[in-house]
Amino acid sequence: MGGYGDVQLLRDDGLRLDGRKVDEMREVKIEAGILPAADGSAWVQHGLNVAVCAVYGPMEAHPRKIQRQDRAVIDVRYNMAPFSTSDRIRPGFNRRSREISKVTAESLESVVLVERFPRSKIRVEIEILAAEAGTRCVGITAASVALADAGIPMRDMIVGVASGKIEDTVVLDLDKAEDNYGQADLPMGILPTTGEIAFLQMDGDLSVEEYNTCVEYNMKAAKEIHELQIDALKRRYEEKNGGA
Amino acid sequence: MGRLVGRHGDKEMSGAKEGAELRLVTPGEAIGASSGVRAGTGTLVQGENIIATKVGWVKDNNGVVSVDPIHSAYMPRSGDLVIGVVESVRNNLWFADVNGPFNGLLPMSLAPWKVEFGAARVHMDIGDIMLARVQEVDEAHNIVLTMKGVGLRKLKDGIMANISMNHISRLRGDSDSTLNKLKEVSDCRIIVAENGRVWVDGDSEGISFMRKVFELVRNDGHKAEFNASLDAMMNQRRNA
Repeated sequence: MGGYGDVQLLRDDGLRLDGRKVDEMREVKIEAGILPAADGSAWVQHGLNVAVCAVYGPMEAHPRKIQRQDRAVIDVRYNMAPFSTSDRIRPGFNRRSREISKVTAESLESVVLVERFPRSKIRVEIEILAAEAGTRCVGITAASVALADAGIPMRDMIVGVASGKIEDTVVLDLDKAEDNYGQADLPMGILPTTGEIAFLQMDGDLSVEEYNTCVEYNMKAAKEIHELQIDALKRRYEEKNGGA
Repeated sequence: MGRLVGRHGDKEMSGAKEGAELRLVTPGEAIGASSGVRAGTGTLVQGENIIATKVGWVKDNNGVVSVDPIHSAYMPRSGDLVIGVVESVRNNLWFADVNGPFNGLLPMSLAPWKVEFGAARVHMDIGDIMLARVQEVDEAHNIVLTMKGVGLRKLKDGIMANISMNHISRLRGDSDSTLNKLKEVSDCRIIVAENGRVWVDGDSEGISFMRKVFELVRNDGHKAEFNASLDAMMNQRRNA
């Protein structure tokens, strides 16, 4: 049963509390280029999560001690707005946002051709405006679109997506209740074209079979989100051209 | 997904023919097989495929497949005319932000003044704007600027605007035809630098007209009807 005893997360008809099937994702909407001041930007809504991402650069890296002689550094700042959850979040960096900024930067480094811009810095600012579980994945999805919009060379897009386990059942894309009262959570950063995994974290316990199912669900969802990313980027420029 | 060619800059895209279908690609998207063709800018060979690394239009020029990016950062090349903003000053040199990934360095010896050691600040201080040329870019991406040359100077009056790198050619037009028209209509001095910065000096009305032009470039710079909108704007001002 669930990690917290008597919380029922699966309905008797086999569907989840919000009526989704076990392998069904929340609705995702993506827009590219929403911030005029940024070099590239994106807005992603994933269920009730809303993330905005702005990308600046490549620019001279300051302070000089962070410069790398052979490549660019990606400076990610993940932040949750104080009003993003029902309990007000104290503004500013905390342990959790530091961790997420770090893992996001590392996963983005695997797609961005950082060796093209030695000694420089690419600034990625991810702001979570509304949170409902899975914000690190939404942040990665948004950052990928914003980087592409900024014209930063990348060898693939990257999609953040999570699966997990509730009531001994593997489900795709956990919502808040499932994340809080479920048994396990497996967020992944996936390169959709090649199927490579750039980022993987696991919270809770999964058997090998359950893990494999999670990966399978994530891969499938990553392809769907990738389509939406491409659509957002193409729509932005098709519109700019006044249509085809 | 594709559209008909009708965009400015197609002349430079020698591979493209009028009416040919252009393909918009996103990073990671396979453009085609890598055998028999060479990978140009904005692309990468991955396995047996050529993939795009940027959002842009695919072009094929005599067997070299490349992606013409929609948005890209300025990469300095020697000989470029740039507008720089002084970021820091040392005893004998200035560092200038040239809108690129690395700062430009202007040594005392390449400044147009006779500068005493330690008195660099007297001539140009932080925040001052200069018109300079890229003297050289070395393998470590150090950019050396020079202000020795005709017209290169510190810019004291006027305004500086930023436009996307990819819209510079649209603002200039064929052999600067659009730019010359804008100069005549606005009655302003205009310098379009290679790093996406534009300097305008003139009376306030001319400057406010040019601000509107930059707004148009930012919003509609990609559209096929950009030139028509710009002509309409210029005619309106001529008749006013």
